Amino acid sequence: MKRRWRALRDALNGPQDLGRSPGFWGVFIAATIGLLLYPASGSSFGLSSLVSFLLYVPMALGLGLLWGYGGILSFGQSAFFGIAGYIYGLVAGNLTGTPAGTIVALVAAIAAAALAASIFGYFLFYGQVSGWIIPLLCLVLTLILATFMGQTAGYQWRVGQVLLGGYNGMTNIPSLRAGAIEFGGTSTALYYLVVVVTLLLYLGLRVFVNSRYGHVLVAVRDDPERTRMLGHNVDFIQVQVFALAAALAGLSGVLYASWGNYMNPSTMDLLAATLPVIWTAVGGRRSLLAVVLSTVALRALADSLAVSGSQYAFLVMGALLLATMLFFPGGIIVSVARAWRRPSRTRPGAREAVEPKGKGEVA
Amino acid sequence: MGLDVLANLLYQFADNMAFLLLAALGLMIILGVIDVINLAHGEFIMLGAYLTALSYNWGHLPLPACAVVSMVGVGLFGLVLERTLIRRFYQDKLGALVATWGVSLILSQGILIVFGPSMAAVPFPQWTLTVGASSFDGYRLMLFGVAVGAVAVLWWLLYHTRIGVQTRAAMQNAEMAACLGIRIRRIYLLTFAAGSALAGLTGALYAPTTTIVPLMGTGFVDVAFITVVVGGGANPIVGALTSAAVLSVISAPLASISGTFIGRIGLLVAALVVIRFLPQGFSGYVRDLQRRRMGAAAAP
Repeated sequence: MKRRWRALRDALNGPQDLGRSPGFWGVFIAATIGLLLYPASGSSFGLSSLVSFLLYVPMALGLGLLWGYGGILSFGQSAFFGIAGYIYGLVAGNLTGTPAGTIVALVAAIAAAALAASIFGYFLFYGQVSGWIIPLLCLVLTLILATFMGQTAGYQWRVGQVLLGGYNGMTNIPSLRAGAIEFGGTSTALYYLVVVVTLLLYLGLRVFVNSRYGHVLVAVRDDPERTRMLGHNVDFIQVQVFALAAALAGLSGVLYASWGNYMNPSTMDLLAATLPVIWTAVGGRRSLLAVVLSTVALRALADSLAVSGSQYAFLVMGALLLATMLFFPGGIIVSVARAWRRPSRTRPGAREAVEPKGKGEVA
Repeated sequence: MGLDVLANLLYQFADNMAFLLLAALGLMIILGVIDVINLAHGEFIMLGAYLTALSYNWGHLPLPACAVVSMVGVGLFGLVLERTLIRRFYQDKLGALVATWGVSLILSQGILIVFGPSMAAVPFPQWTLTVGASSFDGYRLMLFGVAVGAVAVLWWLLYHTRIGVQTRAAMQNAEMAACLGIRIRRIYLLTFAAGSALAGLTGALYAPTTTIVPLMGTGFVDVAFITVVVGGGANPIVGALTSAAVLSVISAPLASISGTFIGRIGLLVAALVVIRFLPQGFSGYVRDLQRRRMGAAAAP
């Protein structure tokens, strides 16, 4: 028992993420308790907005994993978000009478996103194209999907009893439901679901990136050719991570559809495609913690700016992205954390893992 | 009858190819020479369209003069952007992609804030050309002429001028070229400005054909990116011509039978298949072919 506990601690506290000190874990546990107690005091509006911030965390974590740890940049995570959201709406809308209809829809939606990514990824990674081609084609994918969904207005565009809805979007999507609990838009149940999913995903991915597979992934990022020579199937690993990131984006898409009971093409357009990249880059793509924090913070910032018009929110986001790339290429949170940490506290060899070295990163 | 169908197909092909060439050419020369992708290319095209609309509706200039204003304006903007931003990312291609995406967001949203959601339109020049029983749009045929002309000018610049030779040297081996006294920085600056000016020209030329809105760049970049990916960066002229021609052969019939959207899907599928077998695009394949032939000639 004691040994297993130590193995878990080592896996969580491996070199691939920030925050390994007891102080960090103290704050982490306090924050967890705070999040779990929040519904007792917060308004239902505050609860619902916090859900709308947190539900994007899986998509951002997926991109962080893909870009920060795997060295593969994708501008098309919104495509998988949208695919999963729409598939969830289609399946759940057609299975409204069945008891586990929304659970089936959840599984189908995430599987569809992962499958789409695997097929797309096969062409991208087995061709061993240079790194800039992948983000461009991902962006093209999401733009084309957005255009496609935009022209599906009218009665001829329906699957079973669900209308695709064109620019107005798909409406009346049922919320997730497990037995008697319904995870509706403003419900406390959805809040707890999203909080638990966020925490488990964060901890799980932390174990994942510190596992043997995670180290191989980082090796692929830093030097794909050498990793290939060491006998790893680099193309296959890249397709796997791409599919995993797509599945995480898909999870966000399902949570979004379940939260708003609504899905529309603008979740896949150019502006929507930019956001995950901004959240990941501004916080620091090589740290899962930074990705989670910056996603929530930037969603909150955009929400408060959007009061005076969404164009101001997007303008500030664009400026933030540009400033980050110019002055903090590794991300703002990662840079601050690095400046904070006293050299004596760092374990030797553990320091470089989350710092960009400026080379590699070309898939 | 048969001749009419053929003429119609040719017209569709020319229209498609002009669009692909004009949308992608600027990106392609920047990629070929500097090895950087400007994700704000669509917004540069949008800026060109806005400059044209402004100088046409407010300045009352004739359309060709508007096009010149757009080219110069967007070219100067590219010049400034290269000096202040792009040159910091020559070592970090993915960083350049992300940073220019920030630029794209700032441009489209800034224009939205300044000019509002739409802009006064530029009237479409109605020149009709009748061949036999079918009639064609003269303006769109002219666009094809301009696109081919732009490629020809580019070819002349690259192969028949001193700066062109220096540019090709910088493309082949930037370090060696710098050692021979070629001013690489200046070549990169001029290339980026030229690519931006081409985006401005594209915006000016297509301003009469679409509604001018802040997000209009999106309609250009998807095909532009596909054309660039399929063409590859090894040689902008070979890449742009082959990829635009092949892609229009695929998309023109698809688009005329089942709509623009299916045409774009066809383009994406074509791009995926091409990079699966020719990861460097057509121009990379042609370059490898030439190198192999030179190697075979040198061998005993």
